[in-house]
Order: sequence, then C-alpha cells, then structure tokens
Amino acid sequence: MRINRIIPILALFIVAATVNVDAQCKAFAKKVCLPELGPYVHDGNYHAAVLVEGEEAELYKTFYSDMEYRVAICGEDKLPNVEFKVLDANKNVLYSNKDANFAKTWDFKLQSSQQLKLIVKVSSFNAPGDTPASGCVSIMFGFKMKK
Amino acid sequence: MNKKYGISSGILLLALLFAGMLIGCSSGGSKAAKDETATVIPKDNTAVYEDIKQAEKIFNALPSPLESAMLIKSAGAKFDNALLNPVGNVSKYVTNKSMALNLGIYTCDLSFASMYEQTQLIIDCMSSAKKMADGLGILKAIEQSKIDELEENINNSEKIMEIVSETFMNSNSYLADNGQPAIAAMVLVGGWIEGLYISTQLVDMKDFNGNKLVGRIIDQKLSIDILFNLLNSSKGNPAVDELLVQIQQLKVVFDKIKITTSAIRPEVDKNTNTTILKSEVKTDMTPEVFKELSTVVEEIRSSFIK
Repeated sequence: MRINRIIPILALFIVAATVNVDAQCKAFAKKVCLPELGPYVHDGNYHAAVLVEGEEAELYKTFYSDMEYRVAICGEDKLPNVEFKVLDANKNVLYSNKDANFAKTWDFKLQSSQQLKLIVKVSSFNAPGDTPASGCVSIMFGFKMKK
Repeated sequence: MNKKYGISSGILLLALLFAGMLIGCSSGGSKAAKDETATVIPKDNTAVYEDIKQAEKIFNALPSPLESAMLIKSAGAKFDNALLNPVGNVSKYVTNKSMALNLGIYTCDLSFASMYEQTQLIIDCMSSAKKMADGLGILKAIEQSKIDELEENINNSEKIMEIVSETFMNSNSYLADNGQPAIAAMVLVGGWIEGLYISTQLVDMKDFNGNKLVGRIIDQKLSIDILFNLLNSSKGNPAVDELLVQIQQLKVVFDKIKITTSAIRPEVDKNTNTTILKSEVKTDMTPEVFKELSTVVEEIRSSFIK
C-alpha cells in the first residue's frame, strides 16, 4: 500500500522539479541574456538548454541582408567560459568569441542573406576527478528596427 | 524482505530517473540520441567526457513572426488589412494543430500590424493570439494585463515590439520547457507560412524585376531545410507528418530557384564594432516560378486557417 502512495508522489516531485529547472533557464534567459541585446529588438525566439562542461550545442538560422543583428550567448556564472563560433555553409569560421575575450555578444550585418551555423561550447575546467559543472546556456537574437 | 527490496528498488529507480532528467533536460532544441541516455557522470572517466563533447543539442531557428514582419516592412511593402486572418475565425480552431498553427499566424499578423502601427488591429490580433495560447493550455503566455498594457502604450511602437516579443517568447519557452516540441514547431511553421503568404500576396507583378520583396521571398529558400529539420525532430506525430507533406510541395517549388553565393569575407567596422559579412549573391526566379510558389503558399495557408 505504501509503495502505491510513494511512487506517485515521487513522480509528481520529479515532474515538478524538471519543469522547475527549465523554468529557471527561462528566467535566466530573460533576466541575464535579454538585457545583453541592448537597443536591439529581441526576435521573440527562445533557445536555451542545460549544458554540461565540455558539451556543445548547434544552432542553424538564416540571417538577412541589410538587417543589423546582435547575438547574445550567456551561460550561468557557475559554468566556465562559453565559447561560440559562427560558421558559413562551407564550415569556414567567420567569428569566434575566443578572439574577443569570450565576449557575450557579437554585432553583425550581411551583404547578402545567408544560412549560418552557430556552435556554442561550454569550456572545460580540465580538472580530472571533479564532477563537471552544468548550467543554463541561452542564445538570443536581436535586430535593429528600421523606420 | 522481498517487498522491502522491491520498494527500495522502485525508489532508487525513480531517484536515478530524477537525476537523469535534471542533467539531461533540454529546452527548445532537439537532442542527439546518445545524449538522451546521459544520466550520472562518474568521476575520473575520460570516455564519459568524450561522450559529452560529442553530444549535441541542435536548434533549428526559423525566422520569428516579428522578424518576418520586419523583413516585409523593410522591403518597402504596403500594409493590407485584407491579407490577415480575420479575428472572427478564432472559434473555428479547436484542435491542438489548428490552434498552434493559428497562434503563429495571429502572432505574425500582430507583428505585421505592429510594424505599421495599426492600433485596433494590434489589440484584436493580440486577443486572438491569447485565445489560441489559452486553448493550448500555455499558462500565462499572454495575460490580460499584457493586453491592457498594450492598449495603454498603443502609440509607443518600441513598447509594442517589446510586448509582442515577450509574449511570443512566453509561448515558445513554455512549450519547449513542457516537452511539447511538436506544438512549438507548429507555432513557428504557422508564423513562417503567414509571413510568406503576406509577402507573396504583396508583390506587384508589374514591378517584379528588382523588387526587394521578391528578394526576401527568394531568401526563404535558405530556411526550407531548417524547417524540415525542425519538423523531422517530431516526425511520427500525425499533425507534423501532415505538415511535412505540405512543406515538401513547397520545397519542390523552392528547388526551382537558384541561389549562388560567393565566399563570405568578414570585415570589422571599427567605428561601430560591427562585423560586415561581405559576399555577392546571384539569384534566379522567373515570374512563372513565383506564381507557382505563390499558389502553393496560398493553398497551404488556406488549409491552416480554414
């Protein structure tokens, strides 16, 4: 009888806790990453995930000519530096924030529309034996309004 | 004794599942299969670190409704109220698929109306989007207080954009965080198709060559594989499978358009600290292909709003 009560309660706890972790990512994206867009208008899309030290995420998006963009990539404080690279369709690296002291934002515009790939990677502390850190990483795009 | 062991095992299993979910949860993107099994990370295990490095979370980002509307406006297109989905249609949408697609459609219409400062339409489209979000159970995505705030700031375009962006983010983050990627994808597809529909309808065939809006429509070819990848991550869902068939029809026409781009040369403008990605592009879309594209888009959009 007791097990019949414990398991549903634990299951509810699990679901609630999981949703809570994701909700924390949304709160993090809103509070920490959104302000990084500054005067750029956030496009409204939400890209965030919990990443573990050493883990990568990829994002594919088309960017349009004559638009001015800012990408903001933010990781929680408990994570090591978050690296991001922007690649073209031929895998040429167009930008790496490693060359800009792991800057959180990059402003760019395009002469012709392109599909680009962003690779986001949480650096590693490289300390064997330590449990890898994990935390939210958020990717946000903004564009400048045209009158 | 056996019963005690059974209870402990059940609790242990749930605890492990809990730990796994905490570590492996994802938001807004699809994950490679190997990552889904990642649960507990033992110490001193290089192989596990290598697995983590190879694990991938993939985001397929379609233009948001706000970006689609911005692209239409920046191409110099005129506003046409008749192209928007009538707000009177909201009562027709009772399935999750139709509500998701029309949440995207009304959000695109809302963005379009906002760009052109169509005050009453902004309120109407926001109310329609709210009904779709409420129907999908997206809690607190669009609260009445936001509609009131919109009314209070109806002449403040910056504030309107902020509210539109925030409400759309509330919707798609809720869906991503609550394990509903198929619904989230359908919302994006609805918004993208609406933007494409409005664009194709606004093209003046007498002014086809060199038309900036036609250029924006050609650019959408670059997003078609992103769209497929987005939907394919929820393949097997009957509503998504239906959409894949429709999008395939669209791809057949987009495949007739040629886009050739030169290598990209990044150059930094030191005054603004902005990188300019320089490249030249050649595109080729005949008026016949455009008309075919326009017809397919209209058919797909009609099926979404019926």
